[in-house]
Amino acid sequence: MAKYLTQRIIYMIITLFIIASLTFFLMKFLPGTPFQNEEKLTEEQRIILDEKYGLDDPLPVQYANYMINIAKGDLGVSFQYDNQPVSSLLLKRIGPSLTLGFQAMFIGTIIGIMLGVLAALFQNTWIDYGSTFLAVLGKSIPSFVFAALLQYYIGVKLEWLPVASWNGFSYSIMPTIALAIFPIATAARFMRTELIEVFSSDYITLAKAKGNSRTEVAIKHAIRNALIPLITVLGPMAVSLMTGSMVIEQIFSIPGIGEQFVKSIQTNDFPIIMGTTIFFAFLLVVIILIVDILYGIIDPRIRLAGGDKHE
Amino acid sequence: MGKKILEVNDLHISFHTFAGEVQAIRGVDFDLYEGETLAIVGESGSGKSVTTKSIMKLLPKHNSEIKSGKIIFQDKDIVQATEKQMQKIRGKDISMIFQDPMTSLNPTMTIGKQIMEPLIKHGNFKKSEARKQTLKLLDLVGIPKPKIRIKQYPHQFSGGMRQRVVIAIALACAPKILIADEPTTALDVTIQGQILELMKDLQQQIETSIIFITHDLGVVANVADRVAVMYGGKIVEVGTVDEIFYNPQHPYTWGLISSMPSLDGMDDELYVIPGSPPDLLKPPKGDAFAPRNRYAMQIDLEKEPPMFKVSDTHYAATWLLHPNAPKVEPPQNIQDRMQKFSKGAY
Repeated sequence: MAKYLTQRIIYMIITLFIIASLTFFLMKFLPGTPFQNEEKLTEEQRIILDEKYGLDDPLPVQYANYMINIAKGDLGVSFQYDNQPVSSLLLKRIGPSLTLGFQAMFIGTIIGIMLGVLAALFQNTWIDYGSTFLAVLGKSIPSFVFAALLQYYIGVKLEWLPVASWNGFSYSIMPTIALAIFPIATAARFMRTELIEVFSSDYITLAKAKGNSRTEVAIKHAIRNALIPLITVLGPMAVSLMTGSMVIEQIFSIPGIGEQFVKSIQTNDFPIIMGTTIFFAFLLVVIILIVDILYGIIDPRIRLAGGDKHE
Repeated sequence: MGKKILEVNDLHISFHTFAGEVQAIRGVDFDLYEGETLAIVGESGSGKSVTTKSIMKLLPKHNSEIKSGKIIFQDKDIVQATEKQMQKIRGKDISMIFQDPMTSLNPTMTIGKQIMEPLIKHGNFKKSEARKQTLKLLDLVGIPKPKIRIKQYPHQFSGGMRQRVVIAIALACAPKILIADEPTTALDVTIQGQILELMKDLQQQIETSIIFITHDLGVVANVADRVAVMYGGKIVEVGTVDEIFYNPQHPYTWGLISSMPSLDGMDDELYVIPGSPPDLLKPPKGDAFAPRNRYAMQIDLEKEPPMFKVSDTHYAATWLLHPNAPKVEPPQNIQDRMQKFSKGAY
């Protein structure tokens, strides 16, 4: 296991290095610099600023400097927010996004799996049709529609929960629900399909032939096997949820990372763009690693391939 | 012959499909006696597996239906039994071995847990006792190093070893009836032999009756006491293994035996029964085998033949056995076999 983990971590570092390099050059090929858009600046001032931030160096030199700084853990200083370090800007904004994403993911997968299991257990009954209907709604209606409905009915009419802003747990409930609709729908559909397939396999017939009831068969034998493919889908979904849903953050005026990211692209705030991208990439590779470890826990066949042979 | 343990009476089973009602089983009768092995042979789609799955009531509920008939086990009719009652019978009194050991074990559960499951469920074993019993069972089915093996997963076992595990699961509660649905078909020939030996050996130790489904007549000769030949959802001939192999009466049985490859065969070409099995969406009016039968008579196309008695243990459903039927000459190889039978020199 230790050998496997070390190997995986080396791969992760290589992946991050490639992503950082690609982002750096792609960003530089975009037209404009952070200061070109500022009309009040004279040509002279701009040259001075470019020099100060090292933007007049040849591209390879800029690249080398940047990569060395990253390796030291220094993400640089933002251009647009009064020279604040990128890392502290990210930390300030990532909290709400991660909280929302994690909550939505947690609720989404648990409710989704339960809905899917029920639909499969009661295949072709009203429970199945109801769950399918919910899943189709959740997948086809965008989250901001749900967000607006929640705000209107629960926030404004019933006044049960605050309509917007970010001041503690109660503020996170509605945006979490709005964000969770999609993972619920995805997990429910996936779980239903997988379970139905697992139910038709030989080992399920054998489990029934041992005298297990349908519920026992589902809990002891089927669900674990049906979870294996679901985990693959959940990994990337977790990343996209945790890195912030721009629209939801906007609707509920949550100071998340999504909004800041878009603004930094509009203003050519190179350090913020790079910092956020690298942070997102880091989250992605970490979650992929977690998914692979989860695979090993759920599926013993993969555990073996991970290094420690039993025989 | 021992006591009768299972009695199947005039069983009719249909499947409801988009194309219509498929009459998969059209009146099956047979008995099973204590300690015997009854082989059910027939080609794919003849209804072997459906018949045996119905004994455990494991047919899919949403599209299959037992139309009529009785399955009497321990003085009770399984057809009328509730799901709860069936759960007490399955794995305890009747258990099953499946065709493909590669897919019949749960890939994410240890072998030990899978064998312990029926023990804890039916045998009132505590966990520690069940573990001890499992070690014994693993040893019994010939799996070396049971203490290590008990913690392993199916993918760490070869096909033959997995089938031994499946047998251990099936025999865990010493069932009265063991249904083996082509248990050796997916294994290679040397392993086949070992598994058959193991089954015969264990049958004697725990005195169980076996229903052995196969399409391999070589296997039948090896394991069975009696043989039932199925065709088109019916049993067309039933008898002791010697009666079926050396004195077959039904033209379909002749065909089956003739299409068995033999090592001393002079002719290189393998015999094939012409035509294809009947469409059970629209079952034929007369004898289902008539269109493929070169001995068919006019009556075969119009009226289904009843079971004619050949001996106390031997029955066959063919009009050729009717007293008024003309004498026909069976194929040469069948005649040779019959000659050996009449001399008692088989």
